[in-house]
Amino acid sequence: MSARLVPAAGDASGRRPDVPLRITVDGEPVDGAAGQTIAGVLLASGRRTWRSGPSGAPRGVFCGIGACFDCLVTVNGVRDVRACRRRAHDGDAVATQSRGGDAR
Amino acid sequence: MTRIVVLGAGMVGAACARELALAGFAVTVVDRSGPAAGTTAHGEGNVLVSDKGPGPELELAKLSRELWPAILDGDPNADAAEWDPKGGIVVATTAEGAGALTEFAEGQRKAGVTAEEMDVAALAAAEPHLTRDVAKAVRYPEDAQVQPTGAATALLAAAVRAGAELRTGCEALGAVRRGGRITGVRTSAGTIEGDAVVNAAGPWSGEVAKRLGVRLDVRPRRGEVLVTAPMPPTVFHKVYDADYVGAVGSAAEDLQASAVVEATRGGTILLGSSRRRVGFDDRLRPEVLSVIAAKALRLFPMLAGVPVIRAYGGFRPFVPDHLPVIGADPGLDGLWHATGHEGAGIGLSAGTAAVLRDLMLGREPAIDADPFRADRPAVQSEGENL
Amino acid sequence: MSRHVVIVGAGPAGLGAAAGALRAGADVTLVDASEQPGGQYHRMLPDAFAAADPGRLHHGWQGFERLRDHVLRHPRCDWWPESTVWSIERHDEGTPAVHVLRGEADAAGRERRVLQPDALVLAPGAHDRVLPFPGWELPGVYTAGAAQALAKGERLVVGDPVLIAGSGPFLLPVAASLIEAGATVLEVLEANPAATVARGWARRPWELASQAGKAGELAEYAGLLARHRVPYRTGRAVIEARGDGRVEEAVTARLRPDWSVVPGTERTVPVDALCVTHGFSPQLELPVAAGCALARTPGGAFTEVDTDQCTTAPGVYAAGEITGIGGAPAARTEGLLAGWIAGGGDPGAREAGALRRRRDQARAFAARLAAAHPIGAAWPGWLRDETVVCRCEETTYGSLCRAAGDEASGSARAVKLGTRAGLGPCQARVCGPTAAELLSGKVPGANPHHRPIAQPIRLGELASPPTENTPDPDQKESAR
Repeated sequence: MSARLVPAAGDASGRRPDVPLRITVDGEPVDGAAGQTIAGVLLASGRRTWRSGPSGAPRGVFCGIGACFDCLVTVNGVRDVRACRRRAHDGDAVATQSRGGDAR
Repeated sequence: MTRIVVLGAGMVGAACARELALAGFAVTVVDRSGPAAGTTAHGEGNVLVSDKGPGPELELAKLSRELWPAILDGDPNADAAEWDPKGGIVVATTAEGAGALTEFAEGQRKAGVTAEEMDVAALAAAEPHLTRDVAKAVRYPEDAQVQPTGAATALLAAAVRAGAELRTGCEALGAVRRGGRITGVRTSAGTIEGDAVVNAAGPWSGEVAKRLGVRLDVRPRRGEVLVTAPMPPTVFHKVYDADYVGAVGSAAEDLQASAVVEATRGGTILLGSSRRRVGFDDRLRPEVLSVIAAKALRLFPMLAGVPVIRAYGGFRPFVPDHLPVIGADPGLDGLWHATGHEGAGIGLSAGTAAVLRDLMLGREPAIDADPFRADRPAVQSEGENL
Repeated sequence: MSRHVVIVGAGPAGLGAAAGALRAGADVTLVDASEQPGGQYHRMLPDAFAAADPGRLHHGWQGFERLRDHVLRHPRCDWWPESTVWSIERHDEGTPAVHVLRGEADAAGRERRVLQPDALVLAPGAHDRVLPFPGWELPGVYTAGAAQALAKGERLVVGDPVLIAGSGPFLLPVAASLIEAGATVLEVLEANPAATVARGWARRPWELASQAGKAGELAEYAGLLARHRVPYRTGRAVIEARGDGRVEEAVTARLRPDWSVVPGTERTVPVDALCVTHGFSPQLELPVAAGCALARTPGGAFTEVDTDQCTTAPGVYAAGEITGIGGAPAARTEGLLAGWIAGGGDPGAREAGALRRRRDQARAFAARLAAAHPIGAAWPGWLRDETVVCRCEETTYGSLCRAAGDEASGSARAVKLGTRAGLGPCQARVCGPTAAELLSGKVPGANPHHRPIAQPIRLGELASPPTENTPDPDQKESAR
């Protein structure tokens, strides 16, 4: 088992059934629920990694509250968006990013 | 062996300590905080010939540009200095600016600087993300960049290897005099004796001079730089607008800003720069940063979506006539100055150290050092010593 | 005209401050980067979830709801959600100006606004402090706060099974949240030995009585762990994470009281996710930018405040975790007091005295928790030469030590520029305290909290002038 969204049915918070949305990640469609952050959509879809550090090492979510900047993605062409702080919107085009060509 | 006390472990102090130690002097470098912690750590690391018109400063810049590769060649810490002879591109975005730039470049060429006209295609190939709205562009292949703290600490380490001693956390308080000569420096950590003292305290060298009992009109001038998030390679040269030359040469107290855009090895882009006379007030002003951003976007509109993650400001040693001070103090035997480089001290440190060494050895320097004399009216005037 | 108080942060401290300032008669602008108030402690579910019973996930929810509704519905309160403070501008005298970006998180083209209040209350809170260990940069290693925020804030379980490790009382609510959300929690590891924890808790038992709420909350979590047969082990820590491109196993080991590893006690545990915390780092860039002095304590640097929550900067007050890690009840009480004073309330009022007493009791309780969960000095023993210390720039422990040992590079700023530690996008939020600790005594210190650009601002936003404020201060802007 891995990261997952708690099923709406039986959720103690009494939340309503999920309102589906779809984003793309590097062109590939990924389904999520309205209200999730982009990090939440990516994690629940089984992804853990969507950025590479300067050496190319894989990175994903670390602090989850916008302090560590590990989860940066490009959203609709805008670089360096913290996936843990940004709500996903239906149709968002998310692209993974790296420093690319960095000499280090 | 002649003992020399160098006050200041920034870029200029480090370069001087290295040359003097290699020349056989017993050097002690003194800094009230740590190495490369002040002005050196708050600048861009320019090694430029492009921003200087014909005259003594350009001669010093050319000498420095020639010396830098030799200084770093074979140095075990050269990598940390991040020497990058990337070249500079100066662009004018207005017809008026284009005229001034043409004339300026022509004068530099006569003084021996390589200044190549660029056509639209060459400019687009060299800087694909630069605005197409350019009236004129000139390439200066001799312009280079270093990582300033890396360069300063590499030169300090070389000085130490040549026998220099480094004393940090040690603040100069006053001169020890004997028979009209300086024979040592009283510091917060006791007296350090020396046969000669070099004032390389950058923007604080006016204050240091005062403490040593002499007058030197060097004042702080504030400069700010923005740093973007790391990016894939986007900017390939040191690119600046032709206004930069005007801002460097200006003495105005209010804000002067012009765009200087360049990438670092770490992937960040540095955006400069401003010049303000505000004493040692270290507050960053959002509206100053805003002006820097607007000017940089005029050159690189595609950077509008790039986040700024840091800004830093530093104090540059400003002299009213815009020339460094390199030479003997006119009033106190044994005291020398190597300061007043404003925003160019990183690049000019190499030549400054060579000239100072020659003057202290009684040799003829490689360039005419007369214009840098410490007894000239511009630095001995009654201006306020901050 | 009444005083205008700007409050940064709408967690327990900020909401408390808003209530205090409103009670004192002030006009309040409450600014928070999130879409919802509550901060990390009462992190709310998104509106889109339309949760009927959100309080089931929280402690003290009713009290929070009352406070939130009182503040947000108050005619003198202007609520600015999704508003990020990127700079604080000090003047020669008077209260500093607050520079704000309004709009979706990290969007391009957010609106620039400048607030010039009569008084400023800073309540930005804290985030997890995580000490480095080999492999901590692998995906699947989370801060405990991340696991908590995702579970409480959007009903996401970060992995299954999960191991929770580190130090401090926060391990318990995180375990509780993960269990509630249906994850298997393998074990909860507290690095400090049982004796240290017990000594901290048992000291001055009379103080516990006044903090029955908080102590009861922790006891409840402990009960939940027991019911789900989740072991809580003391004197044991995760000293390494391993895996190929993601965490696959954690290496745990017994620790001595100074957190040095007892050789031969290593154990390998297969995990899907690893959640780690070693305490909290206060977010000090705003108080530093505002010119507030910091108080150095054994637990780290915090904003220095007097008995009325006044900082050393004119017109600036501080409340909550930036004045010392104290938890939600302490933060709320400090906020109430800070807001009351900032709003022009009488410091001699009876309620103010009662707030000071309650705050002091809450603080004493926090001090007890801190004493029960110190960071052991021998933790760098876990590190290897190649262990990443600065996650952004991948600066290793070895390169930091070498730079610090080199006489010529011996200033904190030179080490930073030379190794790039702390120069990446997080601006030393994560590695700053750690690097400062590793370098302490070796190089002259720098302030790891100096971030004059407090949050990233895009160049296009910075280049555009701020929107002028509405001329009529009674004209509220928030749409509710």
